[in-house]
Amino acid sequence: MAANPMTQFEVYRIGPEIKVGAFDISFTNASLFMVVSSLAILIIFNLGSKKNSLLPSKIQLLAELSYTFVSKMISDTAGSKAKPYFSFIFSLFMFVLFCNMFGMIPYTFTVTSHIIVTFVLAAFIFIGVTIIGFIKHGLGYLKLFVPSGVPIVLLPLIVVIEIISYLSRPISLSVRLFANMMAGHTMMKVFGGFVISLGVVGGWLPLSFSVALTGLEILVAFLQAYVFAILTCIYLNDALNLHH
Amino acid sequence: MIKKIFFQLVFFNLFFLKGVFAAESGGMPQLNPEFWISQIFWLTLTFGILYVVLSKLILPKISANLELRKSQIQENIEAAEKQRESSEAKLKEYEDIISKSKLEANNIFKEARENVLKEINAKKETLDKQIDEEVKKVEQEINLLKKGASEKINKIAIETTSELLVKLIGTEVNNSSISAIVDDLSKRNGNKYYGN
Repeated sequence: MAANPMTQFEVYRIGPEIKVGAFDISFTNASLFMVVSSLAILIIFNLGSKKNSLLPSKIQLLAELSYTFVSKMISDTAGSKAKPYFSFIFSLFMFVLFCNMFGMIPYTFTVTSHIIVTFVLAAFIFIGVTIIGFIKHGLGYLKLFVPSGVPIVLLPLIVVIEIISYLSRPISLSVRLFANMMAGHTMMKVFGGFVISLGVVGGWLPLSFSVALTGLEILVAFLQAYVFAILTCIYLNDALNLHH
Repeated sequence: MIKKIFFQLVFFNLFFLKGVFAAESGGMPQLNPEFWISQIFWLTLTFGILYVVLSKLILPKISANLELRKSQIQENIEAAEKQRESSEAKLKEYEDIISKSKLEANNIFKEARENVLKEINAKKETLDKQIDEEVKKVEQEINLLKKGASEKINKIAIETTSELLVKLIGTEVNNSSISAIVDDLSKRNGNKYYGN
């Protein structure tokens, strides 16, 4: 029943089964919330950029504040060279943020609570950043694994550690977001279940916990989107400004 | 710290619940690869469309809006600055004009006063001169009259004396001796008769 805190993460088909070759690309509840989040972003930012008044309306202010927020985040972490990647990081941040936030509405599905989604995003970032690094610096990008000022004796060990840490970037990036979202939602479900099982007499304590957790989870939803975007910026910074 | 406790709680719950519901469901739905391809496909599609629309249509507009606002505000500030400067210049000009005109008015007033004073002085002097002249003239006339009077009186006195002497004594006395006496008398007592 709904008491299982993991059922909220189940993916199910909406509509008919669509198959392309051997692959099942049916429209699911996860797809629905990806579409909903993207549409919400597009609608809000379209409204926010439609007309330019000297004194911005609320929605215009929202769009412009988001723009300057992300733009400042990128220029602070990755410098001016990262400007061409602004739209990608902006889309990424907004997509993750909106997916997280839509997940906070009861009875919705949290797209980012699925490891496959976050891993695809993280892997795309990882591969993209690596390609950018090799394009900008050629084989010199490998110097990233050889920190300067390290004693020659330690160098083999350090290089191995650096390579492992570099390769684990997509995993840590994806698991961080996925685990945070899953853990938060599971916990809220667990406390919700306690409210039901403890009833009118004892349910108030877990209910108040649930309320507090909702606030915390909204914070986490924003924070994880921010962390995801800022780590992307940091990886991009490594690829653009190679200094070790 | 709070977060750590939360996560421990969650972990505890996961273990606890997994045991309870193990039979009901197959663990974490996230690890079920049934819909992975579908999720990857839809993620690529939606995120791709989102990225393209944002980067091609919406973000340039927002950036243009921001730039436009920035330049507009800058322009407005510059215009305000210019107007302030011009108004300050005008104020200065105005003050200059006022002080200049005040000075001019002062000068005009002073000049007019001096002119009037000069005129008054000149008129006074001419008048004084006229008066002096007239007084002198009159004095001269008086003096002349005075002189003439004493001489005439002397003459009359001499003639009268000679007539009297002729009548009294019957002989003619020399006129010159009489006139000497009369002159002497008039010199000694003249002041008594025609005193000033």
